[in-house]
Amino acid sequence: MTDDVSPSQSFSLDGDDLPFASGETILQAATRAGRYIPHLCWHPDFAAHGSCRICSVKVNGRVGAACTVQAAAGLEVESNTPEMNRQRKTLLQMLFVEGNHFCPSCEKSGNCLLQATAYQMGMEGPHFEEFYPSRPVDASHPDILLDFNRCILCELCVRASREVDGKNIFAIGGYGIGTHLLVNSASGQLGDTNMSLDDRAAHICPVGVILPKRRGFVIPIGQRRFDLKPVSQQVEGDAT
Amino acid sequence: MMAPAMSQTPRKLKVATVSLAGCFGCHMSFLDIDERLFDLIEHIEFDRSPLTDIKQVGACDIGLIEGCLCNAENVQVLREFRAHCKTLVAVGACAITGGLPAQRNHLDLGQLLTEVYRSRPGLSAGGAIPNDPELPLLLNKVHPIREVVHVDYSLPGCPPSADAFWHFLSDLMAGRTPHLGHGLIHYD
Repeated sequence: MTDDVSPSQSFSLDGDDLPFASGETILQAATRAGRYIPHLCWHPDFAAHGSCRICSVKVNGRVGAACTVQAAAGLEVESNTPEMNRQRKTLLQMLFVEGNHFCPSCEKSGNCLLQATAYQMGMEGPHFEEFYPSRPVDASHPDILLDFNRCILCELCVRASREVDGKNIFAIGGYGIGTHLLVNSASGQLGDTNMSLDDRAAHICPVGVILPKRRGFVIPIGQRRFDLKPVSQQVEGDAT
Repeated sequence: MMAPAMSQTPRKLKVATVSLAGCFGCHMSFLDIDERLFDLIEHIEFDRSPLTDIKQVGACDIGLIEGCLCNAENVQVLREFRAHCKTLVAVGACAITGGLPAQRNHLDLGQLLTEVYRSRPGLSAGGAIPNDPELPLLLNKVHPIREVVHVDYSLPGCPPSADAFWHFLSDLMAGRTPHLGHGLIHYD
C-alpha cells in the first residue's frame, strides 16, 4: 500500500466517496478507511488470494472480489447490501458444512474469523448437508498441532511460510472437493519440518487448523477477540 | 368488568420439546430464563416434553428439538414432532450441525461398540454388545436434524444462552421472524 492518496481519485462504496491510492484494490482502500468488507483469505500483509469469495461486491453492477479488483476513479461499489450479504451467508454455510466446525470444542472459538464473520452475517445454521471430512490430526510436532478438518484453504499459512519464514512448509494439494492442506516434508508430517512456534505461519491461521500445543482455552469467555466487538468493528486489527 | 367476549385471553401456544442425542444442556439453558418462566407459562402450555409426563406429542404450535440423530428412535421421534408441530426449531449445536457427538463420524461404529462393551478394561468376563430388540440401533453416522426433516428455524449455541431462548421465543410468540443479533448468536 502507498500513502499518496490523492483526494481527486475516489470511488463510491455503498454511496460514500472513498479516496484511494494508485494500485490499491477496493478492499485495501476500504480497509484503510476503516470500512468493513467481510473477508477470510485476504490479509493486509499478503498479496490477494481470491479463494473465499466472501469479499465479493458489486462493481458497476457486476460481482467481483473486492480483494482483487483494482480501485478506479468513479467505480460504483455495493458491499453492505441485503443481496451481497445473503450471498456471503451462503458461502459461509458452504464452508461450514465442508469442514468439521464443531465450535463448542474448538480452541479457536471466539477468536476465529470464520465464526465471527458467520455471526456478522447472521448465520443461524449451516443449511446444507454436512460433509464430515475425516482427515487425521497431525500431532507429530512437539509444539504445534494441525487439525485439517477445519481448513478453509485460505492459503495464508502457505503464503506466510513461503514469503515471510522462507521455509515453504505448507502447500495445497488435490483437486475439487478433495483439495486439502498438506505439509511439505517427505513423510507429510509437521514433525519432520523445521517449523517453529516463532514462525509467522504458526500464528496466521484465521480458523482452528494450526494451534500451539498445551495452550488451549487461556482466554476467559467474554474476553475473547470477537466476544468484545463484532468483526465489523475490528476491521483494522486484522493481523492475527 | 365488561365485554367478556372481547377480553377473553388468547389461546395459549402449545410447545413440545425433546432431547434426541442431546445432553439436556439446551433444556437446562432454557430453564435458565429463571423467573421469566412464570411470564412464559402465561402464554404457552407444554405438550410432550422432558418437563411433562405426556408420552406422545400432540398437535403443537412449536416444537423445540435438542440433540442430533444418533439412533433409530431419534429418527422416529423427530418425524412425530415434525408431523405434529407447525414450527419446528433446531435448538443447539447438536441439532444444527450434529455437534460434538458427530465426532464419532470418522470412527467405525462396530469398533466403537466393541471398544465400549467388550474390550474396555474393567468389564466382567463375557461382556457383549447389547442386542435386545427393545434397544434402538445406532445409525452408522450422526446427523443434524435438517438432514431428515424440514426445519423452520435454528437457535444456535452449545447451549444457546437463556437470553437467546427468551429473545427467540418472544419473537415467535409475537408472530415475528426470530432475529438474534451480536452476543445472542453464538455457536459455542
